[in-house]
Amino acid sequence: MANRPRTRLHVPQPPARPGDRADFSYLKLQPAGAQPRPDVKVSALATPPLATGLVRVLDDEHRAVGEWHPHLEPEVLQAGLRHMLLTRIFDERMQRTQRQGRISFYMRSLGEEAVSVAQAMALRPGDMLFPSYRNQGLYMVRGRPLVDLMCQLLSNTRDMCKGRQLPVMYHWRKGNIFSISGNLATQFPQAVGWAMAAAIKGEDHVASTWIGEGSSAEGDFHAGMVFAEVYQAPVLLNIVNNQWAISTFQGTAGGEKSTFAARGPGYGVAGIRVDGNDFLAVHAVTQWAAERARKGGGPTLIEHVTYRASAHSTSDDPSRYRPKDEYERWPLGDPVQRLKMHLIALGKWSEDRHAALARELEEEVAAAWREATQHGTLTEGPRLDPDLMFEDVFKEMPQHLLRQREQLRAERG
Amino acid sequence: MARMNMIQALNSAMDVMLGRDPGVVVLGEDVGYFGGVFRTTDGLQRKYGEHRVLDSPISELGIVGTSIGMAVNGLRPVAEIQFADYIYPGYDQIVSELARLRYRSAGDFYAPVTIRTPCGGGIRGGQTHSQSPEAIFAHVCGVKVVMPSNPHDAKGLLIAAIEDDDPVIFLEPKRLYNGPFDGDPAKPAVPWSSHPRGEVPEGHYTVPIGKAQVVQAGRDVTVVAYGTMVHVAEAAARSLDIDAEIIDLRTIAPLDTDTLCESVCRTGRCLIVHEATRFGGFGGEISATIQEQCFWHLQAPIGRVAGWDTPYPHAFEWEYFPGQKRVAMALKAIMSAS
Repeated sequence: MANRPRTRLHVPQPPARPGDRADFSYLKLQPAGAQPRPDVKVSALATPPLATGLVRVLDDEHRAVGEWHPHLEPEVLQAGLRHMLLTRIFDERMQRTQRQGRISFYMRSLGEEAVSVAQAMALRPGDMLFPSYRNQGLYMVRGRPLVDLMCQLLSNTRDMCKGRQLPVMYHWRKGNIFSISGNLATQFPQAVGWAMAAAIKGEDHVASTWIGEGSSAEGDFHAGMVFAEVYQAPVLLNIVNNQWAISTFQGTAGGEKSTFAARGPGYGVAGIRVDGNDFLAVHAVTQWAAERARKGGGPTLIEHVTYRASAHSTSDDPSRYRPKDEYERWPLGDPVQRLKMHLIALGKWSEDRHAALARELEEEVAAAWREATQHGTLTEGPRLDPDLMFEDVFKEMPQHLLRQREQLRAERG
Repeated sequence: MARMNMIQALNSAMDVMLGRDPGVVVLGEDVGYFGGVFRTTDGLQRKYGEHRVLDSPISELGIVGTSIGMAVNGLRPVAEIQFADYIYPGYDQIVSELARLRYRSAGDFYAPVTIRTPCGGGIRGGQTHSQSPEAIFAHVCGVKVVMPSNPHDAKGLLIAAIEDDDPVIFLEPKRLYNGPFDGDPAKPAVPWSSHPRGEVPEGHYTVPIGKAQVVQAGRDVTVVAYGTMVHVAEAAARSLDIDAEIIDLRTIAPLDTDTLCESVCRTGRCLIVHEATRFGGFGGEISATIQEQCFWHLQAPIGRVAGWDTPYPHAFEWEYFPGQKRVAMALKAIMSAS
């Protein structure tokens, strides 16, 4: 009887909690250059090696190696470095303003900058982006003035959302960046629908969308994958595997026995797992997937292996659920540092130039902040008109909202 | 003019709009090659091609989610959810996304999606093919909710919904697809060809969203109904020989309070009839609105007739359905109050 097999509920556990030594031995890594780059029209069913391996271009000596080396001009690499550094400096400054009580809430993308910046640079301006809330690098690449982003964070009189959205839930119609929802993963099937419409209209624009590994457990992921495969939608479906969904590690989202990219071939969708902290690798994989989509090859599921170096948000304290030194021991390093060292190795960058760029961007961010706060903050200065609350529920304001607007006006005297 | 049943009228609305606007696409489960389980999209894929009339996977979440993306990219999707009872997997996409997109992006993005879905009982559908979920959509800011009661309105309202730049939940009382139904299942079915609202123009026209219609003028009591219950209410009033004014709401949200309140202030009595469950139902909202605006004109408490607060039972369908008798008893009670 003692040897009789029993069922037993398996509850995944992260390898380390506070006080433990950080342990990333669970990560399946491959050296830079190890993955072959197949033709963009390769069958999705032939992609499991890509989906379980790891596409990397930058090696430990800061060289770009292998078939995925995108051979970008040094100016492109420098622009990428600038966008990533700007994203980081912007994030740091906004984090401080939240701590000073000037904005209510913020979410940094520290350590994940390449995921947004490299992909946005590899796409075309007419391609539509459906981001999550940790993709601010997209705005840096597409050139939205920093003041506009800050005014949204401040919910001030120039807030693009007219005071209706939590900070960081930006949108930009002219820049082809979709409105961010606070409900996770909902953008996944929406991006697929946008791409289906592009195909129905016979246009060669593609859509791209990002969700976290945590929210890939939502039904929206499944629906998006099925529709993308069925209609061969020209869409890039990104899972940003930053290891942590607030306090829940990636094993609880289904990453313990398999990779997230490996779900792709199961749906008949090409899957690629990429080093998300390697600017060149993310750029190269994006180019591949976008070309595949534009040539009628259908969707690609891309898992970006990265690490959420910051807290989930300003309301979160990661020291309560993970070792403090995890990021220092993260084996894939820092995307900014890695691209910087690559450029230095190429002889196209230097520590001095880097320091000068950082000072320039810090001043740019500080100047934008001074300008943004002229338009008010949540608590000081000019305020948005509360009448705006009743607009845009519908295109035209129905009777009951007109009446409620009157009632509020009377209430405010 | 042509004689059409409600299915033909809805089909004609989509046909007209597919023909007029290259951005209109129809999608849903079984809507393409087969033409829909109720035949509502019959022939449309043959006429407009499989890029315009798409068979979709069985995923209401995916149907609504992709429709939003298509609409953002300039199309006007007309999505069919095969039964209103199946709509819940798509509910988050409707409530958190479709309804709020214009608001949260301050008007920069919007999604003109029409979601058609058959609702209501009376066809032996049991609890998973009979629900009337209008109240749970009426409670959502940012979607319009429509329910026609006849072929003429069905076509005009569907065209208006497709042309509307806001999302519309378009509920089709499936018991009315083939004919008006007065609530008595024992009587032989009556076809729409015998009913004046079965006369339907063949081309383009609209019935405005947000406007109720007085289908029968009267002096003694106002009966507020929509969908199938319009016909049940008419029959019940007739059976009692009461001079009832019967209002067909046609649009649940935004509610045409002017038409309602003008009528009730005049008659002084009001009965609200819907097929959906009573507790938390849309009748409560109508009742509260009338009470606020017509209180000093009321001669009797406002009455409500609705489905019982249970799931829709298969074997007891006609005990559940708010038929003529239940409506007539409520009308008598209202008329005898003083």
